[in-house]
Amino acid sequence: MIVSFTINGESRTVDVFPMARLLDVLREQLHLTGTKEGCGEGECGACTVVLDGQIVNSCLVPVAQVNGSEIKTIEGVARQDQLHAVQQAFIDHGGAQCGICTPGMVLAAVDLLNRNPRPSETEIRNGLAGNLCRCTGYMKIFESVVRAYQK
Amino acid sequence: MANIHPIGKPFTRKEGRKKVTGQALYVDDLTFPEMLHGATVRSPVARGKITNIVFGGDITWDEFVIVTAKDIPGANHVALILNDQPYLADGFVNHPEEPVLLLAHKDKYLVEEARRNVHIEIEELPAVFSLEDSLAKKGIIWGEDNVFKKFLVDKGNVDDVWSNADLIIEGEYETGAQEQLYIENNGAIAIANPTEGVTVWGSMQCPFYVHKALVKLFELPDEKIRIIQTETGGGFGGKEEYPSLIAGHAALLAWKSGKPVKIIYDRAEDMVATTKRHPSRTRHKTAVTRDGKLLAIEIDFVIDGGAYCTLSPVVLSRGTIHAAGPYVCPNVRIHSRAVATNVPPHGAFRGFGAPQSIFALERHMDKVAHAVGLTPEEFRRRNFIHEGETTATSQIIRERVDMDGLLTRTLKLSDYHAKRERFARENQTSNGGFSKKRGIGFATFMHGAGFTGSGEVYLQSVVSAEATAEGKVRILAASTEIGQGTNTIFSQIASEALGLDFDSIEIVQPDTGHVPNSGPTVASRTSMVVGKLVESAVLGLKQTLIGSGLYNDADFKKACANYIAKFGSLKTSSTYQPPPNVHWDDEKYQGDAYGAYAWAVYVAEVSFDELTYEARVEDFVAMQEVGRVLNPVLAAGQIEGGVAQAIGFTLFENVVWKDGRMANNQMTNYIIPTPADIPPIRVFFEENPYAYGPGGAKGIGELPMDGAAPAILNAIENATGISFNRIPLMPETLMKPIVS
Amino acid sequence: MRAFIPNYQLTTPSSLADALALLNREPGVWKPFAGGTDLMVLLEAAKLPHRNYINIWSLKELRGIEVTDSHVTLGALTTYTEVQSHPVLQSEFPMLCQAASETGGLAIQNRGTIGGNIVNASPAADSPPALLAYDAEIELISSDGSRWLAYSSFHTGYKQMLIGPNELLARICMPRNTRGATHYYRKVGTRKAQAISKVCLAALAKLGDDQISDARIALGSVAPIVIRCMQTEDALRGQKPDAGTIKSACATLSQEISPIDDIRSTADYRLQVAKNLLTDFLLTLRT
Repeated sequence: MIVSFTINGESRTVDVFPMARLLDVLREQLHLTGTKEGCGEGECGACTVVLDGQIVNSCLVPVAQVNGSEIKTIEGVARQDQLHAVQQAFIDHGGAQCGICTPGMVLAAVDLLNRNPRPSETEIRNGLAGNLCRCTGYMKIFESVVRAYQK
Repeated sequence: MANIHPIGKPFTRKEGRKKVTGQALYVDDLTFPEMLHGATVRSPVARGKITNIVFGGDITWDEFVIVTAKDIPGANHVALILNDQPYLADGFVNHPEEPVLLLAHKDKYLVEEARRNVHIEIEELPAVFSLEDSLAKKGIIWGEDNVFKKFLVDKGNVDDVWSNADLIIEGEYETGAQEQLYIENNGAIAIANPTEGVTVWGSMQCPFYVHKALVKLFELPDEKIRIIQTETGGGFGGKEEYPSLIAGHAALLAWKSGKPVKIIYDRAEDMVATTKRHPSRTRHKTAVTRDGKLLAIEIDFVIDGGAYCTLSPVVLSRGTIHAAGPYVCPNVRIHSRAVATNVPPHGAFRGFGAPQSIFALERHMDKVAHAVGLTPEEFRRRNFIHEGETTATSQIIRERVDMDGLLTRTLKLSDYHAKRERFARENQTSNGGFSKKRGIGFATFMHGAGFTGSGEVYLQSVVSAEATAEGKVRILAASTEIGQGTNTIFSQIASEALGLDFDSIEIVQPDTGHVPNSGPTVASRTSMVVGKLVESAVLGLKQTLIGSGLYNDADFKKACANYIAKFGSLKTSSTYQPPPNVHWDDEKYQGDAYGAYAWAVYVAEVSFDELTYEARVEDFVAMQEVGRVLNPVLAAGQIEGGVAQAIGFTLFENVVWKDGRMANNQMTNYIIPTPADIPPIRVFFEENPYAYGPGGAKGIGELPMDGAAPAILNAIENATGISFNRIPLMPETLMKPIVS
Repeated sequence: MRAFIPNYQLTTPSSLADALALLNREPGVWKPFAGGTDLMVLLEAAKLPHRNYINIWSLKELRGIEVTDSHVTLGALTTYTEVQSHPVLQSEFPMLCQAASETGGLAIQNRGTIGGNIVNASPAADSPPALLAYDAEIELISSDGSRWLAYSSFHTGYKQMLIGPNELLARICMPRNTRGATHYYRKVGTRKAQAISKVCLAALAKLGDDQISDARIALGSVAPIVIRCMQTEDALRGQKPDAGTIKSACATLSQEISPIDDIRSTADYRLQVAKNLLTDFLLTLRT
């Protein structure tokens, strides 16, 4: 079936199976490989994208349901060469180690700060609770989020 | 020479920008023209004889590439230590999910449909699923006696001590399997044909391990096999030896089809089929004087290796050597064994045997303290090892070690005494309902960095450095970036040694076709051992320039450019040299096990919820002396991540076994801590430079895995008054003694 | 991703009437597909039992939260995020808000729906115990019309419910009669966030003259379905929340629930913690 949507500001149309995961369409048809698969069950958050203004697990969204939607992926976070404050903070403060959870984590953090510009530590923990990281132990991710909003 | 001193500074991650923008390329991000998708068909049962393979369903099988053991050009075993693990089962299977055959097709959905429709028929044989049953020889499933390896460490004579000892305390401790759960699953892409050879791209820690394995698999000369590490999303040991298997599978399919083949596991497959931490059982018998001096330590340490040997001998070795800890004791006997069971083979996981034996030791030390009537702290103070004293393997400690001072400072930082007293008081008061009991506990330990004994000499690691005409210095090493910061640390080391700016150092992608073998990225050796070779390799560039008369103190880059213009290229290599006076006896299993130890004290504060029987870590202090902190952000990141993994190991991560198979192989049911579950982890470092590490650094990657579990269980005992000795410790178990 | 994707249909009807017509025309062939947070997990494991789905995500009639003086009515497609941010739900139905906040992480809460949660019929679902405690009623619609029933009678056995093959869950309605009550919701899971519940209690009671009136005790994960424990409620009604009442209520509860051993926990643990939760609830009534 034909599905059209806006991705990182650009209109795209794809011919796909309706039940194909949005994650696979992004990665394979659109070659936007920044969004990752970690679990295929909506537990790890590595596949996080922004769909119509809200973060979702793209491994759980069938592409037929995004017809007419607006999607943002990690590739759409930086503006050309200008990194988002969250991205810069992750670099500066050790928020990324192996980097596989980072795209999802950055999107979740950007979403958090958009909704709540000065979150408490508890709010940060809850806001990122759907994004698992195995490398960092989360400490420097929290710190990166704090430094990002302090800027 | 510029006044550049990056060592000790928080330089930002070399590949950080790529990672935060989603531009870093992991193996599943790569595609090749005409690429096929591969899948592995696996044994449905633990042990038996393959009687038939049925290709059923409504599948056009002749569209598929099908590979069995018969298609293997060379040897059907994964070259490692004992070479007992086949790439593809040939006639018999020895564990659930054992690979039997491989499929490939262009359509990745169809390949899954096909996989479902291959039926492996097996005449089952009795299987052994537990360490206990294996030791008891309830069935012989490997070799003559199910034992992959055994060691004996024997210092002094424990037998002379028992009859006269004031006190003898025994204990038994167990640890379960643990899944590494790197967020990026295992994956490999291969191109292979008899004329050009084999090239594999993959998520891995050790390109040269894969290289060695594929040389044997295909019976090709070294230069016909090329292994390239792609950006790797976590390893933790789970991508140390396992990638040889998946790389071989992708290559076999590529070889047969003539097309590139990609195999990416999904989470369910990765969890059920790949290696996990070895489960363990440790028995302690300890003799002490009435005033708490250790007289004799006897340890029986057993680990479950699963169906094939893989790295079990080395895991056993490390666990054995660390089993008696940072204490001085004149008589020590450690008897250890790695045994086989019919579960998927266990393998490398950060700590590599030490978290298992240290868990037992540090729980037991609290028990001994209690028996003698001393506080856990005072008992340890009376037994800490010092410079000039010998370890269990009779290694003389040749550095200043101040465990006593480290303990004092850590207990202060964690407010241990005040909290212990306060909790004791508050735990007594009751409001009539369910309250939270609190407790605090600690563990004191050390971790040896680098390969054991003569291992580093055997590895003969080499690092090369090359200057370019544009003034960059390229570092060529097999050490992989897997999140721990290899690229950044190597750049800092090279930058410091040459006085060249950090951004002019380039780390070449580990590709066995282009880099020398600097050994595997394991054993906490990358900064300490390989980093030292990076330093000497780049200093070699400087020496070459000096030797040629072209060296320019003010402009290194210009000097390089001139040299290259004159001689064509500027490249040096540095080969590992062991530090002097390191002697290890492999037969007696004694001597200098490691060149350097990092020393640590970890303190855990826990709460115990009387309603739900859940134990939570509320605060954690991790203090370690690491020689030199090369990069404070990266170093703290290693400790924080390791402690989080160790908290998972202790309280969350339970592998549920059913007939030898992991039944909870989904992230929904195999539980790792989320951001909401992790306590504040407060990390502190002390420095005592190690002469043979770059900048004085010792290895730290595995250290944080060792101390959390016993500290947490010591704290839980403090909170509840009940002694638990098995991990993972789940609320269901915590409940039992309270409710009965 | 193990499923053979080409085999699956997900058709988007242009209206609710069209969706119902399709369900009516080919009963049992089509199933509704809402936020996908349960169904896609099954799909990826190649365990999705049906092939043909109707995409109801965009049907406006199934969205929205309506408030009257006497009731609050939620469209079946109300997401967990929408539940948590509604002021009347926050003040009068806090257990539902708490349940929604503890279901998965934010990314799940933005897509998971109350209606999907109900018809997925997991005995471990988080919101249904709260709905039971709040005396929810649900509306089922079809081309033939609509009917309301008490949610407490909807689930009849493990994954079995009183919904016909041509019916859609449309709305969930709760009476606004919780003023002055003590609400107690606690989900005990495998970790603090993103956890499947091992035991879940949603309890509500009012105290008049020191006596318990209007006790509602609902639990998840202790039976093949989420349940209202009517006998336990009977044991509480008219009693003071004292030690004797606590003891007898726990004894009754033990008879009314049937927890099991499974991959996450044990029957013993679930039983004990269920009793502890009930006890804790009754103790809060005392203060």
